[in-house]
Amino acid sequence: MSITLNVNATSREFYGDPDTPLLWVIREQLGLTGTKYGCGIAQCGACTVHVDGVPLRSCSAPVAAMTGRAITTIEGLASRVAKAVQKAWVDLDVVQCGYCQSGQIMSAVALLEKMPQASDEDIDHALAGNICRCATYQRIRAAIHVASERLASKEGA
Amino acid sequence: MIHALDPTQQALLARAIAAQRSDHDSDHDHGATFSRRDFLRSSGAAGLVLGFACLPACRALTGSAVNSPAPPVPAPFRPNAFVRVAPDSIVTIVCKHLEMGQGNTTGLATLVADELDADWSLVRTEYAPSDPKVYNNVFYGEMQITGGSTSIANSFMQMRLAGATARAMLVAAAANAWQVPAAEINTANSVLTHASGKRATYGEMAAAAGRLPVPKDVALKQPQRFTLIGKQKATPRVDSLSKCNGSAIYTIDVKLPGLLTAVAAFPPSFGARVISFDPAEAIRVPGVTDVVRVPEGVAVVGTGTWAVLKGRRALKVSWDESTSASLNSDAVLAQYRAQTQQPGAPFARPAENMPAPAPLAKTIEALYEFPFLAHAAMEPMNCVAWLHDGLLETWSGHQFTSLDHTLAARAANLPMDKVRLHTLMSGGSFGRRANFVSDYTVAAVNVAVAIKGRAPVRLQFMREDDTGAGMYRPMYVHAIKAGLDASGKLAGWQHTIVGQSIFAGTVLGSYTIKDGVDAMSVEGVFPSQYEIPQMRGDLHSPTLPVPPLWWRSVGNSHSAFVMETMMDELAAAAGKDPVAFRLALFAKGEKGERVAGVLKLVAEKGGWGAPLRSGVAQGIAVHECFGTFVAQLAEVSMPDGKVKVHRVVCAVDCGVPVNPDVIRAQMEGGVGFALSALYYGEIEIKAGRAVQRNFDRYKALRINEMPNVEVHIVASNHPPTGVGEPGVPPLAPAVANALARLGIPRVRRLPLARAGLVES
Repeated sequence: MSITLNVNATSREFYGDPDTPLLWVIREQLGLTGTKYGCGIAQCGACTVHVDGVPLRSCSAPVAAMTGRAITTIEGLASRVAKAVQKAWVDLDVVQCGYCQSGQIMSAVALLEKMPQASDEDIDHALAGNICRCATYQRIRAAIHVASERLASKEGA
Repeated sequence: MIHALDPTQQALLARAIAAQRSDHDSDHDHGATFSRRDFLRSSGAAGLVLGFACLPACRALTGSAVNSPAPPVPAPFRPNAFVRVAPDSIVTIVCKHLEMGQGNTTGLATLVADELDADWSLVRTEYAPSDPKVYNNVFYGEMQITGGSTSIANSFMQMRLAGATARAMLVAAAANAWQVPAAEINTANSVLTHASGKRATYGEMAAAAGRLPVPKDVALKQPQRFTLIGKQKATPRVDSLSKCNGSAIYTIDVKLPGLLTAVAAFPPSFGARVISFDPAEAIRVPGVTDVVRVPEGVAVVGTGTWAVLKGRRALKVSWDESTSASLNSDAVLAQYRAQTQQPGAPFARPAENMPAPAPLAKTIEALYEFPFLAHAAMEPMNCVAWLHDGLLETWSGHQFTSLDHTLAARAANLPMDKVRLHTLMSGGSFGRRANFVSDYTVAAVNVAVAIKGRAPVRLQFMREDDTGAGMYRPMYVHAIKAGLDASGKLAGWQHTIVGQSIFAGTVLGSYTIKDGVDAMSVEGVFPSQYEIPQMRGDLHSPTLPVPPLWWRSVGNSHSAFVMETMMDELAAAAGKDPVAFRLALFAKGEKGERVAGVLKLVAEKGGWGAPLRSGVAQGIAVHECFGTFVAQLAEVSMPDGKVKVHRVVCAVDCGVPVNPDVIRAQMEGGVGFALSALYYGEIEIKAGRAVQRNFDRYKALRINEMPNVEVHIVASNHPPTGVGEPGVPPLAPAVANALARLGIPRVRRLPLARAGLVES
């Protein structure tokens, strides 16, 4: 069976089991390995991508459900908000092992796209699905605030 | 991990690891990898100098190693095994330790770059090949391993000397070229300058420097001349960018031509063995190429993860589970409790000349119970193995590099020099990636052998495999009876510990275990940072079919909770302030002064004793481990009857702070990691099987539960010690002590979820 996917603004054909979780298609067929496997049951968020701008756990989403939808992975982040988030992440040296951070960043970008002035409570809501075993949470929170402030001050333009 | 070994212990260890090799391999040239003579030369402190003196030879060795990157043309200046300077002035630093998040890549690079006066923006890093003669952990002899919070500590002088030597040779080359005295040449930001106006980049002088002899007796900087070490903001993490744009490559991301994926049906219960299996349905799954028996179980190999997972579901395996059919963690706990009433191997006894104990005016008895804990690193265990052209290559987050190398060679039935390890950064570890059987490495090699080297193959543990595989922080029970005399002074202490020895029966056991006592089972209790009169300690080390392993901070992960909550209970019984009570008890000397230093600092910075909002209480704890002193103050409340930790103030003394921001990050992360275990961490075992196997039931701390952490680093001229582990132990007792001050009855069985004190 063939499924046409729109990944990072590029059209890609997938041939195979339509039940295959999007995660494995992204990683193994498309070679975009920034999106990570962590649990396979939508508990840890390491596999978070955007589907039509909304964060989604790709480990638990069958590829068949992706037809006609715009998928963005960490490699495809390009918006002004995304660049500000990634820059804040680097500036604050958020990462430790880094394995969960693609997912964290995807969740953070989706949050700020929707709520540019996200509060601590908004951050708790939006990021609670992303586990970081290194517990970089304090810096994740700080980086989201920094990105938000820079975007508001046009510095993030 | 243990902190450091003396030369005798190092020799024992190197021999023990070498003995793990097959007979087949013993026919091959030991000198290439484990030479006794070289090993003895590089033992102990003198090893720094002597080991360095042999570096020109090492240069040839690494230059010919297959897994060293091909040198660019023209060849870079390579003064030793740890640093290269290319004609474009890019400085490449070869890191001998595994990066698992702790920031040691940045740290090792900082040490070299500071002495080299390198421009930080031109610094690159790569991971060393497996070569214990060159890339050994200096604290452990001829063994390449990352652990025991030793990466920076063991490398401090070695990496600085590597950088200083490179600098001296660049300076000498410039002095020759410019016909000026070397002493008149300045270096900064990868540029050489002379008052005459002469100027050259490191890249421009690299080729000439490479033609010079490697100097001996190179002087290191005085600390006041450091430009990177200890400087705020001077050394941003070298791995930040790649980890923020998805380009960082972990084991799970390795791409090789024709790479296959494998998962395995691992034993469902501890010690289970395959009776028979039926591959028929599994092999029919599209994409499954092989179903093979391996020592670990049955592996399903194929062209992608989804295919092999479907194949594994279709696979029928009949298991003999008799080994642990009756194993239940509740029953084990009951047995441990009973054992605390029996005399065990003595680990502490009052000195012979001690006066008879004073009559105790007050005693406190307490029983503490700690569960099995999984490491649950974000990247489940995995390894890529490729047998080709008479070689074995592996790609993984190799942490116990020398043992992984040895056991991989044995599994492939190849000599050591036909095995090449490529170490990649790992998605966490917390101790899991270094273990005594190199499980994930050996399993991958076994699969590669089973498919006869037809293609490279990645063996991937799924989350359930990873969490269910054992190698847990063992269950522990501590029973204590401690007493105060009539004046409120600590006057007696009886302590019985029950729990699996991590080291018994392993290559490391022969020297951590003495007279039946595994030092890692009692660390934090004995020796103690406190001067405890009349201490009597007994240890029981029962065995179980569940393999135990070190887990971030090892024995301190339970002992600090026991000691630091008991200190608060004793202080309360004596009617004394917990800080003052501790200060009066610290052992004399440098260690006691440093532990007191961090406790006083955290009390001051955290506002110990200052008025708090209603319903908020402070708790405090302090613990030394791996030579690093950490005190933490937690502010805790109980909104809606559930624990909330608002703020943790942390003071750390780790000697010279090499990368202050990495130190802060490790303290922040240590707090979160410890809080996760305190709240939720528990693996239960029923009928020999791990009950919690994924994050739905083995819960982890999430962002909404993370307290604000404020870190204060003590300025110090002591040699640097580690920070990966020491941030963990004080957190749980600090929170528990705060809960007690809120009037919550003492919880002595962890995790807190058991007592309904957290959301679950």
